[in-house]
Amino acid sequence: MADQRALDRVVIRFAGDSGDGMQLTGDRFTAETASFGNDIATLPNFPAEIRAPQGTLPGVSSFQLHFANFDIVTPGDVPDVLVAMNPAALKANLRDLPKGGVIIVDTADFTKRNLAKIGWAHNPLEDGSLSNYRLYAFDLTALATASVAEFDLTRKDASRTKNMFALGLLSWLYSRPTEGTLKFLTEKFAKKPDIRDANIAAFKAGHAYGETTEAFEHRYTVAPAPMAKGRYRQISGNVATAYGLITGAHKAGLQLFLGSYPITPASDILHELSKRKDVGVMTFQAEDEIAAVGAALGASFAGSLGVTTTSGPGMALKAETIGLAVMTELPLVVVNVQRSGPSTGMPTKTEQADLLQAMYGRNGESPLPVLAAKSATDCFDTALEACRIAVKYRTPVIMLSDGYLANGAEPWKLPNLDEIPAIEPNFSTEPNATDDKGEPAFYPYDRNPETLARAWAAPGTPGLEHRIGGLEKSSRTGQISYDPDNHELMTLTRREKLRGIVQDIPDLQVDDPSGEARVLVLGWGSTYGPITAAARRVRTGGRAVALAHLRHLNPMPANLGDILRSYDKVIVPEMNLGQLAVVLQARYAVPITRYSRVRGLPISLTELEADLITEIDELKEGN
Amino acid sequence: MSTSGLAHIPLSLEPLSKKDYTSDQEVRWCPGCGDYAILSTFQSMMATLNIKRENTVIISGIGCSSRFPYYVDTYGMHSIHGRAPAIATGVAMSRPDLNVWVVTGDGDALSIGGNHLMHALRRNVNMTILLFNNRIYGLTKGQYSPTSEIGKVTKSTPYGSLDTPFNPVSLAIGAEASFVARTIDSDRKHLTEVLTAAAEHRGTSLVEIYQNCPIFNDDAFATLKGPEGTLIALKHGEPVTFGGGEFCVIRKPDGDIEVAKTADVDASQIVVHDETRADPSQAFALSRLTEPGLLRQAPIGIFRRVPRPSYDDLVREQIDAVRVEDQAAALASVIAGPDTWEADER
Repeated sequence: MADQRALDRVVIRFAGDSGDGMQLTGDRFTAETASFGNDIATLPNFPAEIRAPQGTLPGVSSFQLHFANFDIVTPGDVPDVLVAMNPAALKANLRDLPKGGVIIVDTADFTKRNLAKIGWAHNPLEDGSLSNYRLYAFDLTALATASVAEFDLTRKDASRTKNMFALGLLSWLYSRPTEGTLKFLTEKFAKKPDIRDANIAAFKAGHAYGETTEAFEHRYTVAPAPMAKGRYRQISGNVATAYGLITGAHKAGLQLFLGSYPITPASDILHELSKRKDVGVMTFQAEDEIAAVGAALGASFAGSLGVTTTSGPGMALKAETIGLAVMTELPLVVVNVQRSGPSTGMPTKTEQADLLQAMYGRNGESPLPVLAAKSATDCFDTALEACRIAVKYRTPVIMLSDGYLANGAEPWKLPNLDEIPAIEPNFSTEPNATDDKGEPAFYPYDRNPETLARAWAAPGTPGLEHRIGGLEKSSRTGQISYDPDNHELMTLTRREKLRGIVQDIPDLQVDDPSGEARVLVLGWGSTYGPITAAARRVRTGGRAVALAHLRHLNPMPANLGDILRSYDKVIVPEMNLGQLAVVLQARYAVPITRYSRVRGLPISLTELEADLITEIDELKEGN
Repeated sequence: MSTSGLAHIPLSLEPLSKKDYTSDQEVRWCPGCGDYAILSTFQSMMATLNIKRENTVIISGIGCSSRFPYYVDTYGMHSIHGRAPAIATGVAMSRPDLNVWVVTGDGDALSIGGNHLMHALRRNVNMTILLFNNRIYGLTKGQYSPTSEIGKVTKSTPYGSLDTPFNPVSLAIGAEASFVARTIDSDRKHLTEVLTAAAEHRGTSLVEIYQNCPIFNDDAFATLKGPEGTLIALKHGEPVTFGGGEFCVIRKPDGDIEVAKTADVDASQIVVHDETRADPSQAFALSRLTEPGLLRQAPIGIFRRVPRPSYDDLVREQIDAVRVEDQAAALASVIAGPDTWEADER
């Protein structure tokens, strides 16, 4: 019987063929781990092809989970443990595994033919090439198949339980609770009793195999992480975004209307909101991206909260309608779950290269607020904030998420909905002006003097009938105007309205525990995790570094300029070629050190740590 | 299932007149434009529907016809090129109490906005689309449109247009439309009847309106309206005859439809128009009597009017069936999900 050893943190990567159920296996291990009380962060990584040819490198799908007894912020750069279900999964992931790492491998597919398929002349399990790793090789497929022999399954169905066998084995190895998975399998396969029972049997057999095999010298525990008191669930960025949008509409007392078109990696928001008719959400899968945002804007005109969700290529198509929303000054929330570009790029890989598109990607002077979420759970707060700004200021708002946040999951302390302040739509119900004839009139472009938000009257309100549209509007009356002075006034007013939102934006907080940092690392979006983790390591090594993270990219917090000017060096890590850096340099005329990575993956914290140390030390030496 | 397109729209407590539907904006179409007659007829027709003025929304795209909403004193949006059906879909889905109109043209609806038109018709969202067809781009000053005849000489086709034109009625029938009609700017009575029927139809109604552009395509419909032309008026339940009964439309033994002299055929061969036929093939065949080039012959009237659930009604029904009464509690439960755990301060 293996003895138990306590660990602080573990990174496990499950890898297999895209038909092997690795995402499900990872999800379940994550759910067990989250309910046990560890902090978690996950990184699913899958091919865009639904079923690439079996056993090939392009067909490899993986799921990485980082869990710990302390607060963690990334899914980990490199795994400690690689679970490889076939030769391709081993080959594709081996280069990420540090020497000394653990490999648990299913030997079933290590035939000459399968090895040749991926260009391996020799079997690495036998030729000694894996001697630098701790290798645990089992015929998981045969073990799983044997464990389900009593059920009347086809050979193929029987072998497909191997992922549950592996999950059972790993659950034993890391002392995970199993009730959740048993309940999950019971519910998922309720209508297929044979498949249900076989999966449960394979899962239990995998767990029991760990007990009896004696192959493992140790069994591990990772104690729960300290977390603020409360009720938690695990949540992905896309689901958190969906909930933030529902909550925003609920708090505003408005019907949530989603117009969307399927696109990776944003579709899960459409899926989640489509399920939510129980809370009154109306969803519309449109014929294209343009119709999706058009219908959302139409819904807003009709007095709903219109929302559209997409990714970069969809943003390009929606640009004209977003411009119409700027001109008509209607609330609209546009969520861009960024992916690698340009063009179709790498749909399942992450990037944050749509910032300049969000800020400037429309014809004419068309400013609008831009927000970015920093983590999966932060997607909830950011989406809620986007709804608040959209309704309060009568403006389209772009929320930037990305593929990494969309699919990655982490524990989330459930919000108390009663504590979230209401959003007041302040619909006009009465005339707000007197026309030239002295009659009461409704001027749709009459503005709230504090917010510059225009009057919003929903159709059906008697006496406030009015027409709006894409043509330039006369200030106050909203009639068509080609007057030169009026156009300048309206252009400046739209900018002032955008700038005025800064009154609602909290000052940017700088995290510098020592108070002695001369280098500021400024981030936005999902680089929050790697930046925070890298800075912790830098500080542990005795160096001071300051951190700040922007949620509000347009307008930016009022104190940002002062902060930028108070450091000797400002480093901006981005998964693009320096888009925030461009904006900061233009706006604040400060030198910015760019730090760009565009590999379709989150920035490596190990690399960032080393580079930050170099930057900090260079500054010291130069002094 | 409500059957009228106006079913959930509140009725006006006092009688309304054309004046109530006239905005204070000066109408700025070219002198002699067919749009004037359509606007005036529309305003009068709206007053007869007896619905609250504030519950009407008119969405337009871009083009001469798309200035329409500014001149009608209801709610309205002059949106972007081709997208009006999409925007109107969001309006209609959100609000069953609104009477939703789309005003568009041949370029707006059939060229840049073809996709949205097609899908609006397929879904059958409760709204009425008025397609002003003048067979030319007017606002951009005279380029050929998707309904211009082959060989049309315009600024962008100095050697003659090479594009095969669309027949908007055929297109709509092919796109699963539940109400398809054609009328003409110069016939106020016919226009009124068709617009009223379209408004009362539940689902998407497509009305093609032949509209003269006196500047860039004058007299495009003149031959049709003149002594040599033939407007074939379709009347539900009646044999399709025209020219004072001299001519008729027959179905040949091979199934084709064609025009014949009434005197030469047996009465049983004459097509009896039935706008409610579930099968769209006869309506489609009638739509093909329209000539693609110089118009000398075209049927007008309601080609097709069949009951079909409107998409927005179905969406609302789905929501109503599962919507939980206590929304705040339901939201809290949704957000928590099935798997939560409690953490103590550690």
